[in-house]
Amino acid sequence: MSNLDAFKTECREWIAANYPESLKAPATDANQVWGGKKAVYHNPDSKVWLDRMAEKGWTAPMWPKEYGGGGLSNEENRILQSELNRANCRLALASFGIWMLGPVLLKYGTEEQKKEHLPKIVRGEIRWCQGYSEPGSGSDLASLQTSCEDKGDHWLVNGSKIWTSYAHYADWIFCLVRTDKSSKHDGISFLLFDMESEGVDAQPIKLISGASPFCQTFLDNVKVPKENMVGEINKGWTIAKELLQHERSMVAGFGLSKGGLDGNAGAYTMISIAKDYLGEEDGKIADAVARQKVADFEIKNEAFALTMQRSAEEAKAGNSPGAVSSIFKLYGTELNKKRYELMIELMGAQALGWEGEGFKEMETSITRSWLRSKGNSIEGGTSEIQKNIIAQRVLGLPK
Amino acid sequence: MSMVLNEEQIQLQDAAKKFISERSPVSALRKLRDEKNPDGLDKTLWKEMAELGWAGILINEDFGGLGLGPAWMGLISEECGRALCATPLMSSAILSANLIQELGTQEQKENLLSAIASGELIISLAVDEGAHHNPQAIQCKAEKTADGFTLNGKKNFVLDGHIADKFIVVAKTGEKPSDVSLFLIDANTTGLSVTRNSMVDFHNSAQLSLDNVTVKKEQQIGTSENTIAALDSTLNIAAACITAETLGATAEAFERVVEYLKTRTQFDVLIGSFQALQHRAADMFSEIELSKSVVRKALSSLENNEADAGRYVSMAKALMNDTAQLVSNESIQMFGGIGMTDEEEIGFFLKRIRVLTHTFGNASYHKKRYADLNGF
Repeated sequence: MSNLDAFKTECREWIAANYPESLKAPATDANQVWGGKKAVYHNPDSKVWLDRMAEKGWTAPMWPKEYGGGGLSNEENRILQSELNRANCRLALASFGIWMLGPVLLKYGTEEQKKEHLPKIVRGEIRWCQGYSEPGSGSDLASLQTSCEDKGDHWLVNGSKIWTSYAHYADWIFCLVRTDKSSKHDGISFLLFDMESEGVDAQPIKLISGASPFCQTFLDNVKVPKENMVGEINKGWTIAKELLQHERSMVAGFGLSKGGLDGNAGAYTMISIAKDYLGEEDGKIADAVARQKVADFEIKNEAFALTMQRSAEEAKAGNSPGAVSSIFKLYGTELNKKRYELMIELMGAQALGWEGEGFKEMETSITRSWLRSKGNSIEGGTSEIQKNIIAQRVLGLPK
Repeated sequence: MSMVLNEEQIQLQDAAKKFISERSPVSALRKLRDEKNPDGLDKTLWKEMAELGWAGILINEDFGGLGLGPAWMGLISEECGRALCATPLMSSAILSANLIQELGTQEQKENLLSAIASGELIISLAVDEGAHHNPQAIQCKAEKTADGFTLNGKKNFVLDGHIADKFIVVAKTGEKPSDVSLFLIDANTTGLSVTRNSMVDFHNSAQLSLDNVTVKKEQQIGTSENTIAALDSTLNIAAACITAETLGATAEAFERVVEYLKTRTQFDVLIGSFQALQHRAADMFSEIELSKSVVRKALSSLENNEADAGRYVSMAKALMNDTAQLVSNESIQMFGGIGMTDEEEIGFFLKRIRVLTHTFGNASYHKKRYADLNGF
């Protein structure tokens, strides 16, 4: 038996012995564990599962062991993930720390920064939020104005951030600040600070979906210790762009039916919804036009998953990453919007409820997800920005 | 690994690309058209391609072939697609060779396969009958006689029909959709008339009329029991190779458009700097990347004899057809007025792509088949 086969057996046995029985029921968005000091565990077993996974370092399987990670190779991680999927395990910890901050901290952070922050991210003790966009800086992110002055023994931060996801639940923020007004891209720095610092005020923004996952975060004379800057002063844009790559691949994953944070689409397939709400004849969706639309969607959905797989295969074969990955954010988010549009169409009036007894929980949940999905092609670089990138950087069209 | 080419496959593809770009660029097709070439293709060139082994890719080594699978044939199809190359690859080396190999007797294989592999014999499959591909509803009839069958009916869209030495005719022997058999007949058989169709893409297609054509028992290929499955798997291979050819033509058309956007100036700037065009180019690029994945997946699932290969084939053909339609239409628009002229080659791509997408099932056909195979 090869080492990898042995590892597969180890994973399988460990999951069987450690995955809590009560988590085998289908999860909803509310069950998702994000960790942090303000975490609320609707089911105490969710915390048990998090602790057990964190103990192995498997919440961040490929991070080095010295920082609390699992120290797994690419292959081992693939095996672990496929075993977790096979056992239908819930995601132990959803975390911007793991998906976005960690990879750049590992690359650009000082030894002290890594030792201080990474283990707490792995264990879900500290929840992070992202301070990127500002009211006046959306697609043109590098125009950001939040100022950061050197006050000798500390930095002084003033300004405001917007679309800071879950800032009101977060413990710390990774934040882009302006340290030089004379240069656009070369005047940006990358700063970490505690959301409990004096002068930080996160105000939730109510969205069209009725939820408030985003905040506007006001920063008023916030004092930040000097050692909390990642990388050199005025060199934050490089780190910012690299982190955006991680964010985009995270958001692109929403396009996969089982991907990302989206619990609904995985539990209810397009085909089952179509048959439930429109009826079936001889095993076929009764409405021929709807059937064609479902076929169109399913083909694109499957093709997108295959394309992500092809990209991974190319990377594994040692081919250059290839231009193909540039389409993931664009295609994945547009596809996710199509998914919910079609679900709404198939479910008719039952998908147009806001709340109350006239609607099943699954129905209003899809309604809210439909509204939320509209943001997918805006956040993390709009579809229009992605098309500019493809046209100019991949196809080489002139600016 | 299912969608990434291996070292040997990349070598084959590179060699094919080089040979075709030197010997059969798009201008060769234009020449065939302009000189009203009676064969509609270059038979000498086909012999040379056969010498390179292409005609025998699917044929076992025992019968003079290379004994490789659909994934390899797909690479040749893709490269032929890039140059809109006119060859009997599909009619003879894919459809007929595969059916004979799957169903033929030892004698039929010995007599026919090595001659196909060497490029000396062209056999054409006559399956379609009406305006649309519909192998489930064959009307051409085979009635039993004392020592064989009598065939009556019409065939349409028979690839390379007017230059074929022989035909494999699909005919029904009963009332169930599965009651079909295959018959090998010579082109000069009494009662068979062949009419060349002049097609919009200048590739070969013909109509057949079978009027009391007498065939002997030994001209049947396969039995009434095993024919439908072999026909289905052969049409899967053919459809997958057609999507590969479509991918080649579509990718080439797109690359030509991008190149044009980088050279054409209006309002004192390159038109490729206009966002209206950049965004449409980015959309086309995305669709082509997705199509490439499904085409490779369809071919590799056939190569590996996966149980749901047919599902992947229909997924690939449905998606590739939509992408090809989008790209070919946008190509003309982005070339502008010059794209409307016969002199500019981009128009050849529009025409060829439309015929390719129709061949062996258009997008509607394959979306329905995909839904059927997925149980909805």
